[in-house]
Formats: sequence, structure tokens, C-alpha cells
Amino acid sequence: MQNGDQHYSMEDETYTDIDGKAISLECQSHSGFCREFTVSSAKVSIGRVMVYTCAVWLSAYIVFFITENTAVLSSAIIITLVGMMVHIHFVKVDHETLLIIGSLGVQVSSSYASGRESTDFIEMDKIKDIVINEAIHMQTVIYYLCILLKDPSDPEAVSSVVPLFQGKRLIK
Amino acid sequence: MVLKIFFPQCCNKADSGLLVGRWIPGQNSAVVLAVIHYPFIPGQVKQYIHQMRGQSGVDLTVLGSWSMPKEGQEGMESFLRDLSTIFPQGQWLQLSREMGKIGFRCEGEKGGEKDKVIFIHYEQRKVMLSQLHPIENGVPDPQTESQLPQVFGTVCQSEPLFFLDKYDDSPVKLTHWQSEGREGSIIVELMKQASTPVCLLTTWILTLSSVCLPRILNVRPMRFISSKLSTCVQLSYRTEHLQTVSSPTRATTHNHFMRKANIFVSFFVDVSLGLLLVSWMYRENRIGKLANTLVPAADHIAKELEELLQWLMGAPAGLKMNRALDQVLGRFFLYHIHLWISYIHLMSPFVEMILWYVGLSACLGLTFALSLLSDITALLTFHIYCFYVYGARLYCMTVYGLSSLWRLFRGKKWNVLRQRVDSCSYDLDQLFIGTLLFTILLFLLPTTALYYLVFTLLRLVVVMFQGVVHLSVDFINSFPLFSMGLRLFRSYRLAEGVKFRVLCEEPGTPLHLMMDINPLKVSRVVQTYRTPTYSCYPKDSWLALCKKLFLGELIYPWRYKTTKID
Repeated sequence: MQNGDQHYSMEDETYTDIDGKAISLECQSHSGFCREFTVSSAKVSIGRVMVYTCAVWLSAYIVFFITENTAVLSSAIIITLVGMMVHIHFVKVDHETLLIIGSLGVQVSSSYASGRESTDFIEMDKIKDIVINEAIHMQTVIYYLCILLKDPSDPEAVSSVVPLFQGKRLIK
Repeated sequence: MVLKIFFPQCCNKADSGLLVGRWIPGQNSAVVLAVIHYPFIPGQVKQYIHQMRGQSGVDLTVLGSWSMPKEGQEGMESFLRDLSTIFPQGQWLQLSREMGKIGFRCEGEKGGEKDKVIFIHYEQRKVMLSQLHPIENGVPDPQTESQLPQVFGTVCQSEPLFFLDKYDDSPVKLTHWQSEGREGSIIVELMKQASTPVCLLTTWILTLSSVCLPRILNVRPMRFISSKLSTCVQLSYRTEHLQTVSSPTRATTHNHFMRKANIFVSFFVDVSLGLLLVSWMYRENRIGKLANTLVPAADHIAKELEELLQWLMGAPAGLKMNRALDQVLGRFFLYHIHLWISYIHLMSPFVEMILWYVGLSACLGLTFALSLLSDITALLTFHIYCFYVYGARLYCMTVYGLSSLWRLFRGKKWNVLRQRVDSCSYDLDQLFIGTLLFTILLFLLPTTALYYLVFTLLRLVVVMFQGVVHLSVDFINSFPLFSMGLRLFRSYRLAEGVKFRVLCEEPGTPLHLMMDINPLKVSRVVQTYRTPTYSCYPKDSWLALCKKLFLGELIYPWRYKTTKID
């Protein structure tokens, strides 16, 4: 308990996403009508980074050995660096947050490994409903939470927003 | 519904007083704009608010009272409660803040239910200057406008309220974002003063030129030429731009202002890049060297074409051509090249002078230099265009004849009236001649097809080059540099929405949120603020293009759109 909020994380139940990686869920209740849910995935593992980098540089060195062209080495370095920067800035999601404020709206925010945050706020007037929808992904059916938005020409839902990566939930 | 109070950050430490703002109808929210301090005379406050309501058009009222107790100011509580009788309201807010505590407290008329109030802090200056870009799927209805646009609109329109600062001698003392002193910039003021005479001068010059030029350009051949030359198109386009920018009336809407600013900045950058290019080109007489290489380059192209034709007249790529037709076509094209070379050599003494003077027009901008490049390429490769047209026409007629005679071969006919293929009984001599002609055309097809293929490929190379140049001209014309700069350096001015952050709170106080501005994504900035241009883009899809090439129809792959007028 801190500062009058209720803050608890689901430590005894482990979840995995649809790719099988471990994720964790944290709920924080700021007030009677304000709740925040955070889903965090595993951080970038240093072992995998080192394995990839070594593999790329080893193959570049072999190619250099064959062709005697130094441009191969410098291009391998540049590709590795650029690839890593792009991965942590655009691809690797660190945690996603859903902030629900009663009678104001819902805020969905994803935070990437480089610290970049991309936020989207949806006003209460535009929300029709929050539902659990199902979709066919490869060979399985996955369930995901989504927000239905109102169409300006009422009252059909026009676009679905997919907030969080809650794929399969395994309770171990 | 929960009561939402939008509270400006600048008033967090303000002295006790009255809250001035607006109730947002239907949303149970209030926007606090300023705090009026003691001492005040209620009559003067009412008069001031009435005056502000008229000036700004916003429905300003006294929302309630604000108390920030200091030493030696006891007894305020009862005074504040009595104020609600002086200012008749539907709902009276009593916000208070205690020393040593961060959170506020609110007591409404309905009894202090602290769980039913949210305080949303906003930074007044940023909200006032920013412009919301909601993703609208239709025309927004002002009646059912949602909360956030109304909040932004209220703060934006209440600009007259923020004119009084603490150094003004007035009966009411306010606290708002400008109360420490009005914000101003001397550069902006100077530019505003200078802009009016400059605009008037530019408008006068433009009207003069628009009176003279149509007299020259309305002569038939000049109009045809000027519509084909991309430099003239670019010139007319830039004149239009200048007219938009130099209109002496101020921009009313945000979009109009951004359009003018974008045009002005891109024009400025264009002209400076053009001047840079001109100074570089004319420095070591590079333009003379360029002119001196132009005629040998044209000669070289002609020589290469001659060699190509000699190759085609032999046995190109091992294919066996029809000797007679080959020789006829080859000699015909060779004679053309000979004529072309003669004309180039006739012109060669004047080339340097022409290029020198024409190159000066690159001072008008980099886009002019690029359009000139495209035009010079078109003029120098005019013979390739002619060869392409001859080859295409010949091939087209061959294919057309072949298809018609093939139908005769099978005993069918094209019915023009019904636009379909019908069976038809031919006479024997018709069939005989038709079959003969069909055979001749069929065996001549490879020769004509090869000539067509070669010249089409050459033409496509030239067209691709011209297309790249036009695309870059278009990019320079339409890219919104001012909006991009605003997005990079003052990202709060272009807002896609808002984002909320929970501020750390203490137990027993209502919820406090911080409202930040969520800046517009870069891709949406470009999409929203692109200056509409006469963009050239491919007229046909790839499939239609291939079909036209196969049939031998003449292709003009780039189409010019006429400038859109909003």
C-alpha cells in the first residue's frame, strides 16, 4: 500500500503472450474511478544481442577473407548498429499501460525499449464499449481486449482499438 | 457524473481570490482561466467580466473561490462562503489548498464528496497556443463537440482576458500565465510592421505583370509552347503562390496561416538554394564549360544513335531482319539524325550566350533550375521523341492491320455499330488478297517490332529522367517546411490529442491529473499541411501501361494536375 493507492502485481500467476515469452501484469488503483494496468514484457537480453552481433561479424569476416574488400566489414558494423537502434526504438516494446479515468476517457500508451512513448487518449464520448474479441492467428484462435469506437453516424462501431498484447493467458 | 476541474498550473501558488472561467455545458466540467485577487469591489468584477465576455465571445463567469491561506489571513473561510451570495451561480466551487500539502480540496454546493472531483492541471500557455487535430470522420457538430476541443477552444478564445498583467493599473488584479508580464518578441513585432508595405509592393508588382503577360501569352503558339515547357508552368505556379502570400489581409483560420507560412518558407529556401547554385555555377565560368560540353554531348548522342541504327540494319542480336524494310527504315532514321546534327551545329555559336542568360533565371529558385534542366533534356532529345513516334505509329498500324486481317482469316468481321465481332462471308478474291496481306504483315512484324522496341526503350529512359526531375521539383514545392520546423522545435503547437499523467497525491485528497499535449505525428503533419501542387504522377497503372505498349499506342506517362483551389 503506498499513498492511499492500491497497488498489486500478479506475482503468483505467470502469463505468456502468443509467442510464448513471459509477461507480467500490474494493476494500480489511484482512486475510486481511476485505474492503471501495466503489461510489461521481458527486457532485451544481453546474451541474445551478443550472439547475433557475433554471428553477423563472423560471417562478415569470412566474406572479407574471401573477397579482401574492407567495405564488407564497415558495412557489417553499420548494419549491426542501425539494426539495433531501429529494433530498440521501433520494435521492442518494454511495457504497455492502460489508464482508465472515469467519465474522462481511456489512455493507451506503449513504451519502447529506447524510452520512446507513444500515447493515445480516447474520450469517453467516443467509446461505445470495451469487449473481448476473438481472432484467428495462424492456426489458433486468440482473444484480445479491444475498445469499440462510435461512428459519427450513430450508433455502429467504426474502428476497433487493440490496446494490449494479452494473447493466451497461461496460469502456471 | 464526476466533476472535472481544469486548473492552470500558473495559479497553483496564487493568492486567495475568485475563480474566473467557464462551465462546459453537458459535461459537468469547469475550466478555470484566472484568479482575481483581493481586494476587489464586486461591482467592478462583474463589469470587468461582462466586458471580457463581449470581447472574447466566451461565456465567462465567476466559478467559485480559491483560498490559499497565508499567515495573518485568518477568517477567510467565512468571507469566501459569503461571496457565493454576491455572485449568483448554479454551482459554486470552493477550492482550497493548505500549506505543506500538495493536493487541493474542493467543496461544492452538494456537500464535499471528495471522491467525485478530478483536478486536471494544464499548462495554460501551451494549451492556448496549440491547435488540436482530431481524427474526424465527418464534419464536427458544434453542439455535440466533445470535451477536449471545447477546453482548448475556451482557453484559445479567452486571449483578451490575459492582456492585463500585474504592472497594469486596473481595478482588478488577476493571476494567469501572462500576469508576470506580457510576452512579446521584438523580431516578430518588427516583421509585422515591415510586412504590410512589402505585401502591398508585391501585390502591386504582381498585378502589373498579370496585366502585361496575358497579352503576350494569349497568342496561340506561345500558349501551346508555354503549356509544354515546365519552366513556364513552374513560373505561373510560383506567381500564384506569391499572390497567396502577399495578400494584405491577415490569415483568419489556422489552416490559412499555416499555408501562407509554409509557402513563404519554402519560397525563401528555394530562392536561397537557387542563388547558391547560381553563385557556384558562375564562379569559375562553369557555365561556359557546361555550354562547351553541350554540343559535343549532343554530337555524341547522335553518333551513338547512328551506330545503333547500323547495328539494327545488320543482324541485331542474331535475329534475321527483312532486308528491304530494314534498309528503308534505317536510312530514313539516319537521314533524320543527319538533319538534327546540322541544326545543332547551326546553333552552336549561340549556345553559350543563351545558356548564360537562361541560367540566370535559376536565381528565382532551385525549382526553376530543375525545370530548366528538364526542358533542356526534352529539347536535346527531341529526335528520340520523333523516332519513338514514327516507330510507334508504324508498329501500331501493323498490329491493327494484323488483327483485322486475322479476323478475316477466320471469317469474322468487326461490327462498328454493335461494337462486337460478327461472322461474315467474304468473296474468294477478298479472302485471297486478305490472306496475302496478312502473311506480308506477319513476316514484316519482327522488323517493325524491333525498331519499336528499341526506340520505346530510349524514350522510356528519357521519360524516367524527366519524371525524377519533376518529382523532386514537386517535392520542393509541396513539402511543408514551416509545419515541420514547428513540429520539431515547438511540438506543443500542433497537437494530436492530450495525454494524462497521475500526479502523486496524498490520502484524503481528490485525484490530480496532469494534462500534457500529445504532439502530432510527423507523417500526419506532412499529410495535413502539404501544399497542393500540380503534382505529376503516373496516369496509368502498370497493367494499362503494358497494354498500351503492346498495342503501340503513344504513351505520355506523366500527367499534370491543374492546381487545386481550396
